[in-house]
Amino acid sequence: MKELLECLEKDHTQTPEQLAIMLNKPVEEISALIKKYQDEKIIVKYQTIIDWEKAGVDNVTAVIEVRITPQREVGFDAIAERIYRYSEVRSLYLMSGGYDLSVTVEGTSLKEVADFVSTKLSTIDGVVSTTTHFMLKKYKFAGVIIKDEEEEHRLVVSP
Amino acid sequence: MNWSDRIAPTVKAIPPSGIRRFFDIAAEMKGVISLGVGEPDFITPWHIRESCIHGLHRGYTSYTSNYGLLELREEIAKSLHKDYQVTYDPRQEVLVTVGVSEGLDLAMRALLGPGDEVLVPEPCYVSYKSCVTLAGGTPITIPTNVENEFRITAEQLEEYVTPRTKILLIGYPNNPTGAIMSREDLEGIAAFALKHDLIVISDEIYAKLTYDGTHTCFSSLPGMRDRTIVLNGFSKAYAMTGWRIGYAVSNVEFIAAMTKIHQYTMLCTPITAQIAAIEALKSGEKNVEHMVSEYNYRRRLIFNGFRQMGLDCFEPKGAFYIFPSIKKTGLTSLEFAEQLLMTEKVALVPGDAFGESGEGFVRCSYATSTKNITEALERIGRFIESIKK
Repeated sequence: MKELLECLEKDHTQTPEQLAIMLNKPVEEISALIKKYQDEKIIVKYQTIIDWEKAGVDNVTAVIEVRITPQREVGFDAIAERIYRYSEVRSLYLMSGGYDLSVTVEGTSLKEVADFVSTKLSTIDGVVSTTTHFMLKKYKFAGVIIKDEEEEHRLVVSP
Repeated sequence: MNWSDRIAPTVKAIPPSGIRRFFDIAAEMKGVISLGVGEPDFITPWHIRESCIHGLHRGYTSYTSNYGLLELREEIAKSLHKDYQVTYDPRQEVLVTVGVSEGLDLAMRALLGPGDEVLVPEPCYVSYKSCVTLAGGTPITIPTNVENEFRITAEQLEEYVTPRTKILLIGYPNNPTGAIMSREDLEGIAAFALKHDLIVISDEIYAKLTYDGTHTCFSSLPGMRDRTIVLNGFSKAYAMTGWRIGYAVSNVEFIAAMTKIHQYTMLCTPITAQIAAIEALKSGEKNVEHMVSEYNYRRRLIFNGFRQMGLDCFEPKGAFYIFPSIKKTGLTSLEFAEQLLMTEKVALVPGDAFGESGEGFVRCSYATSTKNITEALERIGRFIESIKK
């Protein structure tokens, strides 16, 4: 049920009771569906979006373009797995165009990220080259504007 | 000098909006959750705002044709044809107005002579009766009731029609009740209009916010196109209230008469809003779908909340209002709204602000977040428990 998944994606703290009312379904059906989606890993994980900068925690993020040599039978997947298993790697996508993998790496300092690239990432067999771009500012993440300055300007009561 | 003596008697006689007094109290208070707002809580979708900014960059700052930009009128005609299979000539039968409010004023002024009567079902939007009076007409109130889900019927209208009746003014989906009229309901009204040779002014600003079935545009009914002035706009469906843009469609003569007044009073709708409206019609359908589904979730949430509280409440099928009865509490609408605001800081609008038949009800707008709705319902529940004691 697409509507349920959309509601949960937007706010997973809504209770099954509330979702049942909103979607006009019995609460038992909603609870069962949520369980099913979790079991089947359609709902992969519930996560919170945090503005770490505001929380006073300094992080360094880099987006790294990686060119690799695909391997027989497993293509890009085997090398991709060797990369995404690292906890420093926040996201990894196979891309079309001038490079193959887009890797997002997070660390506590520039040096930490640089070390990861030079000692771990670039030394993996099959990695041909890396181009590292350090992120300067995060405006929007996972569909959410980080510092949304739009405010409500409506009158308190209107016809 | 008593300047008030100089004010025109017609204007003096019009009562001030019942909402005003409430606004003044609520605006001063902190921590108020408002269910009293008659506009979307969404901000105009970005692509619509961006098109306006782009227009300004390109120097679109001039007057437009009195009728409005032809491109916009073409889009309006196209969308009406797509949605309701009713055809209008964009060159002569579409007028872009400063919201439905201006359209309503123009229609009344273009059609009414002294003593002409206008049938106005109540509860209704606050400006209907005043617009009739200001145009020199006489509003005839038709009370609707919750037993009939605030719909009107031809039988009921028959009781009020006289040889002076010229216009029937309807607004469905309805503000403040959330009522809608089905195609069958409207067919009965169409037959009545035909029988008495009436003009129908149909305010369809909430048309796209219909949650049960589909909206029927009044002029799409057989024989109704030319005797109907349909008023619609962008405020509610596209969250564009502050842009002040709407439109009127009707036969060539009615639109020409309305345009005559419009050209001497308003001249044209701001070009900035017209450019944004073109974008809204061309690419705003997805936004509308998203907002409608959000309102629908909230509608179910608030309806269920009032039911659980034990308040009598019919299920609203359109707009973004719910109109529960508070008669069980023994309070008047105004007392209920005032006491609720003072004790629990929830603002809503007493039903009698929308006409006498709204007494005993309150209008709650669910154009606010589910978090606000949940919190407001808790507070209202607490208030109702407290007055039982």
